[in-house]
Amino acid sequence: MIPLNWYLILAAVLFVIGVLGFFIKRNIIALLLSVEIMLNAVNLTFVAFSSQRGQISGQVFVFFVLVVAAAEAAVGLALVIAMYRNRETLNVDRSNLLKW
Amino acid sequence: MIEILFFFFAALAVGAAINVLVQKHVLYSALSLIVLLSSMSGLFILLRADFLAVIQVIVYAGAIMVLFVFVIMLLNLPEDEDGADRLRWLKFLGIPLGLFFLFLTVITLWNVERQDIVEAQMAGTPELIGRSLFTDYLLPFEATSLLILIALMGAVVFAKKDL
Repeated sequence: MIPLNWYLILAAVLFVIGVLGFFIKRNIIALLLSVEIMLNAVNLTFVAFSSQRGQISGQVFVFFVLVVAAAEAAVGLALVIAMYRNRETLNVDRSNLLKW
Repeated sequence: MIEILFFFFAALAVGAAINVLVQKHVLYSALSLIVLLSSMSGLFILLRADFLAVIQVIVYAGAIMVLFVFVIMLLNLPEDEDGADRLRWLKFLGIPLGLFFLFLTVITLWNVERQDIVEAQMAGTPELIGRSLFTDYLLPFEATSLLILIALMGAVVFAKKDL
């Protein structure tokens, strides 16, 4: 039998990989992909606890996370398209018009 | 047997996640993320969340990632643009801090007393999830529809050429 801790540790590892990607990558689409990794790590935690407690609520919450991820992808990619049209680059360091 | 499957899917997920960061071209990162989502679906099946596993493949790996790949191919990006790296020091600060956070989390989780997941206690069938969604979580469900409507309009407004 697999202990609950293993799932939580795996989720923590995936979450940290997502955070590191957010720090390392400079392409804005890669940043969105890192956010997806983090959301998936949280989903795994939800499902593991739901399975261990025998309650369905955790799986329902994964649904809402999925919906938020879809909305975030749609709006984020529209922003990416608008940014590429105006600035001809996706590097987040180059879009520094509002920066002091 | 189930341990072998767990380690297989876990190794696949971690490897794909690292590959997302390593790849230079963002299209390969997106394709690697699809591998991560599929292995996550396998983990959901191990946890008896059958319906979520199917949804994970259809909605996440199917719809959302197709959207990503579509936009990447639409923009036809160059290989990798480094250039102005004014935030490069973030890498030297971010990686040690991230690994330190991971260390703390794993140490904490390791010391928690072992709790086995009782097998076949409850399968996440569509019936159970739907019943909970339309009774206990009816208000968040309706709010979700509003969120999707706003996201739809926002995406159209942002991507439109001149409004």
